[in-house]
Amino acid sequence: MKKDTGILFVFLALLALGSGMFFGSLAALQFIIPGFSDWIPFFKTRPLHVSLVVAWIFLASVGGIYHYLPAFCNLSLRYPSLPKTHFRIFFITGLLVLACYFMGYFGGREYWEFPPLLALPILASWMLFGFNYAGTVLEKKNTWPVYLWMWGTGIIFFFFTFSEAYLWLFPYFRNSIVRDLSIQWKAYGALVGSWNMLVYGTAVFLMEKIKGDTKVAYSTQAYLMYFLGLFNLMFGWAHHIYILPVAPWVRILSYAVSMTELIILAKIIRNWRSSFSRGSRVRDSLSYRFLYASDVWIFLNLILALAISVPAVNIYTHGTHVTVAHAMGSTIGINTMILLASCFFIIESMPEKSNNRSAGKIMKAGVVLFNLSLFVFWTSLIFAGVSKGVMVVEGKLSFREMMDKINPFLITFAVSGISMFVSVLMIIIPVIPSLGRYIAKRTSL
Amino acid sequence: MPLFLKRFLFWSLCLIFLVYTFYLYTSSTSADRGLAFLDEKAKAGKLLFQKYNCTACHQVYGLGGYMGPDLTNVISAKGKGPGYAKAFLLSGTARMPNFHLSSEEIDNIIAYLGYVDKTGVSPIIDFKLNADGTVSAGERK
Repeated sequence: MKKDTGILFVFLALLALGSGMFFGSLAALQFIIPGFSDWIPFFKTRPLHVSLVVAWIFLASVGGIYHYLPAFCNLSLRYPSLPKTHFRIFFITGLLVLACYFMGYFGGREYWEFPPLLALPILASWMLFGFNYAGTVLEKKNTWPVYLWMWGTGIIFFFFTFSEAYLWLFPYFRNSIVRDLSIQWKAYGALVGSWNMLVYGTAVFLMEKIKGDTKVAYSTQAYLMYFLGLFNLMFGWAHHIYILPVAPWVRILSYAVSMTELIILAKIIRNWRSSFSRGSRVRDSLSYRFLYASDVWIFLNLILALAISVPAVNIYTHGTHVTVAHAMGSTIGINTMILLASCFFIIESMPEKSNNRSAGKIMKAGVVLFNLSLFVFWTSLIFAGVSKGVMVVEGKLSFREMMDKINPFLITFAVSGISMFVSVLMIIIPVIPSLGRYIAKRTSL
Repeated sequence: MPLFLKRFLFWSLCLIFLVYTFYLYTSSTSADRGLAFLDEKAKAGKLLFQKYNCTACHQVYGLGGYMGPDLTNVISAKGKGPGYAKAFLLSGTARMPNFHLSSEEIDNIIAYLGYVDKTGVSPIIDFKLNADGTVSAGERK
C-alpha cells in the first residue's frame, strides 16, 4: 500500500486552522473587552492566531501538492521518503514556535515574531520540498499544465522572500527604518504572492479535475494570467509603503502594476456565468461549494485591492481596518475557501470517507454560516476602517476617541469572527475520524 | 503558448526583478532624514521593540497592529513627547500590559522612537489629491 504523507499535512493543516481561529476569536474579544483572558494577553494571542493560520495555508497547500502529484498527475515523487522528513521538521519547529509565543519569547517581526533562529529549520524543510518537487516534475517531458508552473514559482519565491524577510539581521538593512520597512514589506508582499501561487495553482488543478475541463490548465489565457500574477507578485507590493519616504518611482511603478489587476477583474466578470454553470454536475460536493464561494470572494477582494492601491484612496485607508479587511478577505475568502475545497476534494475521494447524512448536513450548514459570517466580518472591518481613516485625516479626535466611535463595528467584527470559528468547527470536526482512519492505514510517522 | 516563450517571459521577469531588487536595496531607500539620531541606544531600542512584540498593538508608518496608536511621531506630537511615552512604558494601561521594563530599556525604546520621529510623518493629514489618483503630501499640521 502506498504511503501518503500529503494526508498528514492536510490533517495537521485542519488542526492549525481550528486552533488558529480559536486564538483569533480570543484576540477579537480582547480587542473589544480590555483585560479579557489576562492569562494570555493580546500580544501573545495575535501571533498565535497569525502563525497558525499561515501554517494552515502552507500545510494545506503542501499536503495537496504531495498528494496530487502521484495520485492525479501520474508523477511519482522523486524522493518518496523526503516528505516525511519535511513533515517532522515542520511539525517540531511549529511546536517550538508555539512554545516561544506562550512563554513570551519573541525577537522576530510582525507575522514571524518567533526568535529568528527558528527560521532556519523552516527554510531547510522548504528546501527539501523544493528539491523533491523539482526532481519530480522535471521528469515530465511534455507540456506542463499551468498549475505545475504556479506551484514551482510559489516554491522558489517563498524561499527567496522568506530569506529576504530576514535581511534585517544585517545592520545595513536594520539601521535605516526607511530601508528596513521597505524591504520588510517588499518581502511580505511577494511572500503572500508566493503562497497565492501555491493556492491558485491548487484552484486551477481542482477546476480541471472537478469540472473535467482540461483547457483551464493549458490555454494561452491560463498562462497569461499566471504571468500577470507573477508580475504583480514581483512589482505590485508597494501600496503597503506609499507613505514611507522612498524614491517616488517605487510608488508610481507599484500603482501602475496594481492597476493591471483590472484585467483579472474583467476576466472574472466575462467568465462569470460560464464558470458557475459548468460545475452543475458536481455542485453537491463540498469541494465545489468552496470553489464557488472563492469565485465570489476573489471578485469582492479584487475590487478592494484595486481601490486601496490607488494612492488617493490609500491615504485614507492605510493603517486602518480596511487593510485588515483586505488581508482577511484574501486569506479567508480566497485562500481558505480554495484550500478547504482541496482538502474536501481529497477527503471525498478517500474510500474511508464517512457517509453520515446528518454530519453532511451540518457541514453544508457550516459552509453557509462560514460565508455569511465572513461577509459580515469583512464589511464591518471596511466600515470601521473607512470611519477611522476619515477621522484621522480630520485630525480632531484622539486615538481613544476614534476607537470608541468605531467600537460598534469592532463588536460586529468580533461576534462574526466567533461565528466563523464555530462554522469552521462544523465543517472540520466531522471529517477528523475519516482522516484518522486513512492516516492509520496509509501513513506512519 | 510555446515553451520557449514561457521560458523567455519567466526568466526575463526574474532578471528585471533582480535589477529592481538591487535598486530597492540601495539608492531607492537611502533617504533617511533621521540617521543622525540613530545612536547605539536607538539601535538597542529597535531590538527591544521586537523583543516585546510592540507591533502586535502599535504601528510605525501605519504598519503593525490596531489596538494602540501609531507611534511614528509620538515623540514630537503636540501634547505628547518622551515623558508621555515614558509614563506608558513605566506602568502600562488597561489595554497595555506593564512589561516591567528597566529604566535602561525604557530609555532605549524612547531613543528609538525619537529616531523614527525624525525620519518622516505618519499619518499624513495634510495632502492634495491629484486627478490621476496620486497624492501630493505636505507636512504634518
